[in-house]
Amino acid sequence: MALEHFAAAAICAFAKAVTGVRAIWRDSSPSVRQRIYFANHTSHGDFVLIWAVLPVTLRRLTRPVARADYWRRGGVRRFIAERVFRGVLIAPAAGRQHAFNPLVQMNAALAEGDSLIVFPEGTRNLGEGLLPFKSGLYHLAKAHPEVEFIPVWIENLGRVMPKGALIPIPLLCTLCFGQALEILADESKPEFLERARASLLALAPASE
Amino acid sequence: MNPQETLISVFAGVFALLLLASAVGAVLKLRLAPGHDSAGIDNLNARIKAWWVMIGLLALAFWIGSLGIILLFAFISFQCLREFISLTHTRRGDHQALLWCFFFFLPLQYFLIASNWYGLFSILIPVYAFLLLPIAASLGSDTTRFLERAAKMQWGLMIGVYCLSHVPALMTLDIPGYAGRNALLIAFLVLTVQSSDVFQYVWGKLLGRRKIAPEISPSKTLEGLLGGVLTSTAVGAALWWITPFNPWQAALVALAINIMGFFGGLVLSAIKRDRGVKDWGSMIEGHGGMLDRVDSISFSAPIFFHIVRYWWVP
Repeated sequence: MALEHFAAAAICAFAKAVTGVRAIWRDSSPSVRQRIYFANHTSHGDFVLIWAVLPVTLRRLTRPVARADYWRRGGVRRFIAERVFRGVLIAPAAGRQHAFNPLVQMNAALAEGDSLIVFPEGTRNLGEGLLPFKSGLYHLAKAHPEVEFIPVWIENLGRVMPKGALIPIPLLCTLCFGQALEILADESKPEFLERARASLLALAPASE
Repeated sequence: MNPQETLISVFAGVFALLLLASAVGAVLKLRLAPGHDSAGIDNLNARIKAWWVMIGLLALAFWIGSLGIILLFAFISFQCLREFISLTHTRRGDHQALLWCFFFFLPLQYFLIASNWYGLFSILIPVYAFLLLPIAASLGSDTTRFLERAAKMQWGLMIGVYCLSHVPALMTLDIPGYAGRNALLIAFLVLTVQSSDVFQYVWGKLLGRRKIAPEISPSKTLEGLLGGVLTSTAVGAALWWITPFNPWQAALVALAINIMGFFGGLVLSAIKRDRGVKDWGSMIEGHGGMLDRVDSISFSAPIFFHIVRYWWVP
């Protein structure tokens, strides 16, 4: 157990030093309430940064949802994903057995009382803005109306460590936490997903 | 007085002024009726507190000597470059060029000061970075806003690294009759220009009426500018005894660097305004980012360096 805690502290300290990350709790504040943080996805390090700015007590209650094919490759990466971050690792659609439906895994984690970090774009966005959201977020919202959905805009991390880069550029990153989102009683899937996407996009700084 | 004693008395004076400022800040805070809006005074106190840290770090660097000063300014450059590039829209194709900026040109520029190689120091960024960075960026084969991206990177390096590196470069000047005292030139530059910022803030708060460039910075007023520049020119003249200048030379040099410092703040405010932000960062409580604090030094340091090098170095 001690090694996991030490690794967590070291990874968070490193991530904070490289990115000088600053959390802006604009329309919500840290809380032990069960939550699903949903964020834009530009880098493999995205969940590390969200996790790093959470207070230590909340880190222990918060698990990132990440891709198994990336995070199970190699012993160190696997240790970090499974033991340090206690990630909910999702196998890619091709090699997936029915029992490992991603929603089943996420529901199981939520049933244990943990909070989740998800990236509803489903893949890293290499351009600007936001891709359309996958429907998983809607199903989670339907199944867990008691959970708070918090949008988190991650600014600049895609530039610190773009796809394929080996050395990070120490640019300053900010995380902006928005207002908790609740699903409305008669809201359709496209309506909810669009509203969630708009609430996240609203946290992005104005572009040139 | 020998150089050490002079430095000690200068810093003792500065610390005494900080004590006074802290006392004034505390009294203002106490005299304020409870429930009153104290944002202005809290900001003032945060600024004073940050000054303690900044002057403390400067004193530590001076105490270590040449290497301490070079390392301190290398760190300041690093932070400025980081803030500048963070606010400009580079693209994925710029990754290679940015690696060169942060991990090659920045350390090399400061290494050249440590190794006293003035010839390369003075052209490394204006010539070699200027040519190499767009080459690296072109290999990223992304032509979107190419010239704009290349220009912004060059600007970041010039302001954050090249201009600022002229502060520690003062250590390399060989001034007859002034051997071993070069750190005092840095103290003169930093104290004069920073006091100009402080006095502009103070005079602006007390008397500020006529705005100089309201569309760039609502806090820059004619009264603040005149009061600040004249007061800190007097500060510079009063510090003549730590420099190779006589009193009127010290006043003229102080006037020149104060005016450059003022315009440095104005130019960098224009960039911030264009990007729609108030501060470059949030590193220094009450002040904003590192670049908010040293924008005036960045513009005045090369001019100060050249004035001294042209007239005082044979």
